[in-house]
Amino acid sequence: MSDPLLKVEALRIALAGNRTTYNAVEEVSFEIGRGEAFGLVGESGCGKSITALAVMGLLRPPLSLAGGRIVLDGEEIHDASAAEMRRLRGKRIAMIFQEPMTALNPLSPVGRQIAEMFVLHEGMGWSEAMDRAEEALRQVRVPSPERRIRDYPHQLSGGMRQRVMIAIALACSPELLVADEPTTALDVTVQAEIIDLMAELCAAKGTAVLMISHDLGLVANMCRRVAVMYAGRIVEAQPAEAIFKTPRHPYTRGLINSLPRLGERSRRGRQKLQEIAGTVPAIAGYPAGCRFNPRCPEATDVCRVVPPEATPLPADGLVRCHHHG
Amino acid sequence: MLVVLVRRLANIVPTLAAVIAVIFLLFSVLPGSFISAMNEDGRTSIDPAVMERMRKEMGLDDPLLERFAKYVAHTATGDLGTSFRTKEPVTKLVGTRLWPSLKLVFAAMAFAIAIGVPLGFIAALRPGSVVDTISMVGAISGLSLSQFWLGLMLMYLFALKLQWLPSFGYGDGGLRYLTLPALALGVGPMALLARTTRAAVLEVLNADFVRTARSKGMSERRVVEWHVLRNALVLVVTTIGLQFGSLMGAAVVVEKLFSWPGVGSLLVDSVFQRDIPTVQGCILLIVMFFLVINTLVDMAYVAIDPRIRYR
Amino acid sequence: MRGGLSLWVGGGLVALALLVAIFAPLIALTDPVMGANLMNAEMPPSLEFPFGTDAQGRDIYSRIVYGARISLTVGLVSQLCNSLIGVTLGLTAGYWGGLWDDLVSGLTNLMLAIPSLIFALAIMAILGPGLVSLLLALGLTSWSYSCRIARAQVLSLKSQGYIQAARILGYGDLRIMFTQVLPNILGPLIVIATLGMGGAILAEAALSFLGLGIRPPFPSWGSMLSEARDQITTAPWLSVFPGLAIFFTVLGLNLLGDGLRDILDPQSTTRRGA
Repeated sequence: MSDPLLKVEALRIALAGNRTTYNAVEEVSFEIGRGEAFGLVGESGCGKSITALAVMGLLRPPLSLAGGRIVLDGEEIHDASAAEMRRLRGKRIAMIFQEPMTALNPLSPVGRQIAEMFVLHEGMGWSEAMDRAEEALRQVRVPSPERRIRDYPHQLSGGMRQRVMIAIALACSPELLVADEPTTALDVTVQAEIIDLMAELCAAKGTAVLMISHDLGLVANMCRRVAVMYAGRIVEAQPAEAIFKTPRHPYTRGLINSLPRLGERSRRGRQKLQEIAGTVPAIAGYPAGCRFNPRCPEATDVCRVVPPEATPLPADGLVRCHHHG
Repeated sequence: MLVVLVRRLANIVPTLAAVIAVIFLLFSVLPGSFISAMNEDGRTSIDPAVMERMRKEMGLDDPLLERFAKYVAHTATGDLGTSFRTKEPVTKLVGTRLWPSLKLVFAAMAFAIAIGVPLGFIAALRPGSVVDTISMVGAISGLSLSQFWLGLMLMYLFALKLQWLPSFGYGDGGLRYLTLPALALGVGPMALLARTTRAAVLEVLNADFVRTARSKGMSERRVVEWHVLRNALVLVVTTIGLQFGSLMGAAVVVEKLFSWPGVGSLLVDSVFQRDIPTVQGCILLIVMFFLVINTLVDMAYVAIDPRIRYR
Repeated sequence: MRGGLSLWVGGGLVALALLVAIFAPLIALTDPVMGANLMNAEMPPSLEFPFGTDAQGRDIYSRIVYGARISLTVGLVSQLCNSLIGVTLGLTAGYWGGLWDDLVSGLTNLMLAIPSLIFALAIMAILGPGLVSLLLALGLTSWSYSCRIARAQVLSLKSQGYIQAARILGYGDLRIMFTQVLPNILGPLIVIATLGMGGAILAEAALSFLGLGIRPPFPSWGSMLSEARDQITTAPWLSVFPGLAIFFTVLGLNLLGDGLRDILDPQSTTRRGA
């Protein structure tokens, strides 16, 4: 991709244990174009959330950035100073988190928490900022925003809190929005609304999105390109339709197969829910060779010994498998 | 707000009533001993008939329930009985002692908050640093000190050796006389507050919403000012309320040590003199004070934390 | 407050105090009560009398060593008593709920409304001075905190379904309480007990100092301080050493409690603010 907004190259994140240091994330590379929605998918513990935190510069001990590059709009930010990162956050890159209840200050009215953005980044006074906050709430489709700005987080429903988070994140029209599982904690009926809202607003503002989720279906719907992570590595990256139509990695295939689909029962009769056997390995116990090999139906001897290299695929894709295709 | 305050204060009454009952019952064992104690110390030998008359006069021979009912009725109207020793109304005796005790307790608490809370904050914002270690070692030492022993040492150093401050007494009620007792009394709560504040701030610093605040691009100072402060204070306020209780217990000893004319020293003296009505009056007053403080702390809590308001 | 360091230093101090108390007759120099010799009255620390002598000419060092027995006994026994009462009431209140719970909670609130030292004072006033009354006074007035914690823990276990599950399996109430509930709440309770011992020792010192606890000539650290007070100008060492003994013992208990808390109670259910 020429002139991407965000370029992550060979990212390595270290986790300091009691006596040794582990690599929680390794060799992670991807690019996000301006205004593009990019999805990062994987099960819990695969390292997708800490990758997001690394991009934001929010890693705290025992986690730390141990290698690789992060380039935002041509500028290297992985070794930026704390002050420089602070200038970027909120203004050029913003983040929304998974649990809107705990992610908002319980003792501060939501309007004020939105207004903070305007006071911080646009030098506004508080009363003007509160007006803008009300407007922001209207944009995220919260009913009666003029009353809601004075409400506290515990007075709002989960969906509304997430809308508040979106309002905060998009307040200063950042170039990149990092969304870490924004709908996981919400009711299913609300999930779709929130995703649609995000897609619409980001499209309108030209904001690129790094969408992180364990839900492949959700991500494929919203994003143009998708990367699948497993045990700290990206195992496959392809455009969204391609990854669904022609998944190249056995893990991706497993993920797709495990999605229950409407109409299956009438078409093929009662089916067991497909699952991927085994569980995600702990950081301290990553298997040798290809990390997926213990759970892979197609594993052979070479998989147990040699970690697979990244094989490039058309349209800036890649796959890490000895038996891809 | 005022309505809520009044309502909360009214809630004290049942507890207070129960306390009165307990104290009264506890001491109903004693009254007779006052008279026999007078006989026992050999200073005055009392004619048994006189003893009998004294008992009747003080109503000590009436049935328990009757005595209790009378006591409650009197207390409700502010009459705490008559001192066995001085024959003055207890209310008057205790009344003159009220202000010195309040001064001492509040001075000690003010000192504890003024030093303890900021210290805890600083320690939490620089965890593992020299400041942190020293503060926390200091804090746990402060907790382990016997407050009257500290008072004794302070008295020795500052009053007797250096002669900077008076060694005991109320004097003109000025700051010079208040300093040593307040310091001795305040060190314990100060230590506890430092630890509590530190723990609270650390806990808040790790909270999700602080991470959100950082993700907004705020300087760390702003994060603390706008988001950490209030949330940490909520936890600290509760501790302050509880601390008043142990403070009053310790105040009894510190008052006696420094001959501070407060309710605490009156309590101790009355116990030795078997002056039951005064003892009861002192305890009652102390408990009432504590309950009122707790109510006020509760109110402060509600003022800070909106989650409780809407329950 | 590194967990490890607290544990070792605290444990060391407490062990030292225990050893001193246990081996008092072996390491003391003179009889603490009877070794009065007016010829030696109020002598400053020297080789013969490491901590000096008091107004009666008794060796302070020996008195402190024997005093350890009194202070530690009082601390241990009264705290044991408190813990027993508190745990029994709290456990049963949380477990059975209903009227019993209301009663216990009401009683606990009552106890919490009266500062414990003052309550102990009142009881000492009734019972008169002496070791037994001291143990009673201290042992019956500080159980409310362990009661609260025990009750809260039981309720938390209840909400997690442990107790329900055991009942379904047919376990009797008592069995459940002993085998399911108690082990789970033991951690925080040990922490409270350790810290409570320190508090009991401080309370004993205070009461003895006032003249309401252990009375002279018995060498409780607190009564030694009450004797020392009048001689503060002429013989300051009389006040320093007993106080230091109290300080280091209580410090040891506090450090030990802190260290234990990091091991036994990582979720800090006992952090009422310390």
